Amino acid sequence: MSPRRLILLPLVALAVAGLAGAAQAYTAYVSNEKDNTISVVDLDKMQMVKSIPVGERPRGILLSKDKKYLYICNGDADHIEVIDLDTLQSVRTLDSGPDPELFALDRDGNKLYIANEDNAMVTVIDLKDGTTAMQIPVGVEPEGMAVSPDDKILVATSETTSMAHFIDLKTLQVIGSVLVDSRPRFAAFTPDGKYVLVSSEIGGTVAVIDMATRKIVKKIGFAIPGVDKPTIQAVGINITADGKTAFVALGPANRIAVVDLTNFEVKKYLLVGQRVWHADFTPDGKYLVTANGNSNDISIIDVDALKVIKSVPVGQLPWGVVIR
Amino acid sequence: MRRDSTAVGGRFLLAAFAAVLLAVAPLTRSDPRADTPAAIKVSIGFVHEALSEPPPLSLVEPVATDKGLAGARLAITEDNTTGRFLGQQYELKDVTVPAGGDLAGAVKSLIAGGTSLIVADLSAKRLLEIADLPEAKQAVILNTAAEDDELRTQDCRPNVFHIIPSRAMKADALAQYLTVKRWQRWVLVSGTGEGDKAFAAAIRRAAKRFGDKILAERNYTYTAGSRRTDTGEAQIQKQMIELTQRLPDYNIMIVADEGQVFGDYLPYRTWDARLVAGTQGLVPTAWHRSMEQWGATQVQHRFTAATKRWMLERDYTAWAGVRAFGEAVTRSGKTDPQAIRAYMLSDQFELGAFKGVALSFRRWDQQLRQPILLSSPLMLVSVSPQDGFLHPGTNLDTLGYDAPETKCNLNP
Repeated sequence: MSPRRLILLPLVALAVAGLAGAAQAYTAYVSNEKDNTISVVDLDKMQMVKSIPVGERPRGILLSKDKKYLYICNGDADHIEVIDLDTLQSVRTLDSGPDPELFALDRDGNKLYIANEDNAMVTVIDLKDGTTAMQIPVGVEPEGMAVSPDDKILVATSETTSMAHFIDLKTLQVIGSVLVDSRPRFAAFTPDGKYVLVSSEIGGTVAVIDMATRKIVKKIGFAIPGVDKPTIQAVGINITADGKTAFVALGPANRIAVVDLTNFEVKKYLLVGQRVWHADFTPDGKYLVTANGNSNDISIIDVDALKVIKSVPVGQLPWGVVIR
Repeated sequence: MRRDSTAVGGRFLLAAFAAVLLAVAPLTRSDPRADTPAAIKVSIGFVHEALSEPPPLSLVEPVATDKGLAGARLAITEDNTTGRFLGQQYELKDVTVPAGGDLAGAVKSLIAGGTSLIVADLSAKRLLEIADLPEAKQAVILNTAAEDDELRTQDCRPNVFHIIPSRAMKADALAQYLTVKRWQRWVLVSGTGEGDKAFAAAIRRAAKRFGDKILAERNYTYTAGSRRTDTGEAQIQKQMIELTQRLPDYNIMIVADEGQVFGDYLPYRTWDARLVAGTQGLVPTAWHRSMEQWGATQVQHRFTAATKRWMLERDYTAWAGVRAFGEAVTRSGKTDPQAIRAYMLSDQFELGAFKGVALSFRRWDQQLRQPILLSSPLMLVSVSPQDGFLHPGTNLDTLGYDAPETKCNLNP
């Protein structure tokens, strides 16, 4: 064992104790695209405690607003699966239209907006009765979905069209579209609703769009010494509750970029597992958990220290993660 | 459910449903097409010569009669989906001439009619014939079918871009993988066609580049017969043994049979128990039906839904060609061919084409740089460039003729 490891070990032990000392035991739910399961990870013990079999190709994953249910986009099964988190049993499926990939809930948690990758549509589902309220035509291969904090605008990104579409949630009409870099994957609003951040996988950038003008005010680029530029691809975005920091998953670059949102500059790159796509914060905002597809694990990041403290093995090809 | 053959049928039903939805969509209030008048009209020509092609040796494979065109058609619908948000309208003009027909005349009238953005699904000879027309001087022609290395090393034209990878790119992609595997002792078996010889030449070049050894070469000289023969397998078995016995100890057999005369007969029939790669067996290609990575599933679904068959390599290159035009028009806001050409050569141009990285054009020969798939008949095996093959610019340029290796210097 190298001297460096010897020094690191007590640090990790301390960090682990810190997370275990949280007032509430947090649980992470990870969607595994390849083995069709949801991994349940106890974040106190930092280990996987259960694997829930679900429909084919689970990717997008969301918690209901009351945190009692888990919604999962099962792309190859063409439906949304709902899991009761008390029993960890599948309780119903919702007809989502073909190939659902990512989705977003409205503020009250009554409506689900789903990106149908296969048919260039956004499907709106009323969660009370599970009926499809509307289908909205958007660009080719819609994926990223985000509802503005004031519940008025839905942003949908379409990958082949390379646009962020702005949909008025009252009329369900596309009221504007902004061209961004190639293959936009994800959209996230700042907590004040002033900006929406849109990541472009192939372009390797994050566009910061001002909601008032619907214009790109800043394009955040990434550069990591020793990493081939084409492998730096921007995918998942998680913004801290204070709106000051964004964590951007860089896919096959195996890193999370930490972006200062006061000046939109990258301040650090954190090495995580391989092909990192999506992430979620613990409810107290102290930790960020990332799903690393190619290394079949999740990385746990200490948000204040900006350090990766632990990786935990999960199922095959982890894609998304939510924590309650 | 999607992994068995019936899944494709299920997909078609679904797709039919989707198509109905799309067809109905313009009537709904929320359709943005209603509010945005088409300000820019873009016309793209698809030029094709109806040559008779050898059918696949295996009767299991359906014979596609609209190779290339089907991909171009799909891309036009995608360009239009994007275009409707920007006030751009795209149309595809299909120009198919009979084998040996008046291609020049057809292209002249296409250009005279205002279509100077051309996707060319042609042989190298016919491609140069239209590229050298005085009328085509200001046109932009995207080569989606001719893999000839000469088009990238000496017969370059400023008005021609290459979407399909060259034979050298494919041979390099295969050689890198075999080098990584340390299967570096090869035997090369070639057919007698021009394409077979050209592919074999690319394989010899790749062996030299990556330090692999061709221990022996054989030529297949039997004439092609009927695909369907009763008890024909007995003769084939005997032929393949004769072709492959008494060879030095090798790792893998490389086959050069673009004409599809014998290559598919080699696997399991070689004298020694060896794998087969090249034009059959493990194949380097721009596209394969097994490709599912980097969002490829979506374009595969769209294609099979529209055509009821798999997307073939020339469908993919034609798709990428029409999408490249769409991308250039969308980003630059211009339709003038010279503006499109300039944009496609600029650092801003990046084509997302389900290869995991942005694709761009090499300035020296106007070849689209792209990862090459290595596929077995039913499975994606690997993607080149392989790790560790480095280039000071982009590692994608470890495949094919690099700037110092070619006489072409189109955009210094």
